[in-house]
Amino acid sequence: MQPLSGPKSMRTPLGRVRNLGASHTGTKDFWRQRVTAVAMILLIVPMVVVMMILLGRNQAGAAQILGSPPIAIIMLLFVVASIWHMKIGMQVIIEDYVHDEKTKLASIMANNFFSVTLALAAAYAIFKLSSGV
Amino acid sequence: MTIRIERPLSPHLQIYRWTLTMALSIVHRATGVALYFGTLLLVWWLIAVSSGPGAYAAVQSFTASWIGRLIAFGYTWALMHHMLSGVRHLVWDLGYGFKPAEREWLTRAALIGGILLTVLLWIVAYAIGGGR
Repeated sequence: MQPLSGPKSMRTPLGRVRNLGASHTGTKDFWRQRVTAVAMILLIVPMVVVMMILLGRNQAGAAQILGSPPIAIIMLLFVVASIWHMKIGMQVIIEDYVHDEKTKLASIMANNFFSVTLALAAAYAIFKLSSGV
Repeated sequence: MTIRIERPLSPHLQIYRWTLTMALSIVHRATGVALYFGTLLLVWWLIAVSSGPGAYAAVQSFTASWIGRLIAFGYTWALMHHMLSGVRHLVWDLGYGFKPAEREWLTRAALIGGILLTVLLWIVAYAIGGGR
């Protein structure tokens, strides 16, 4: 058997990690990135149709269309899937390129704040349009 | 303390000859970043519709300007390209399309398909929107 560590071993510290490692997790974001991707593929045709219906309308017309239940639900699903997807994607980019630990943590936190703010702002607007106030 | 073992380093990125899959890998990431910030426009538009005619007029004057049109066109392409390029990744995730010919075909299809879909959508948009 090969030694697991020590100067003779060519295995990296990462390679020596057993099973799922210290965190016991790690594929959640990978899986959610795929789930939200497939969701958006399913939603792209309804979204394009909604956008085409809305083209050239004035505010009153657009508000009435966006407030109708099927369209509001399509918009909400797309907003949730896309913002979740982009949040995970940006985190991967930050983890790839930001090497300073503190800057990395601050960037990941900023990414979370940005994404949650956009998602809730969009949801607020959609609910407001649906309730007609 | 981990003991550092001297291993040969892999060459840096600039050593390699550029390939289509390599370039498109970077384009996939770049379009993702563009869409990240483009989502701000989608949310601005939704808030404006829910706010009233004044806020909506501001969005419309932006989207009617040449810079607004350019950004909207760029957003459409980024979305279409990222989607098709992403489908390619899903195919790879399932374990298919790794042979050189398949890999090149998928990559070309994503690149050309993204451009075609964008142009097609804008032709339809002008045909519909122009009539209103």
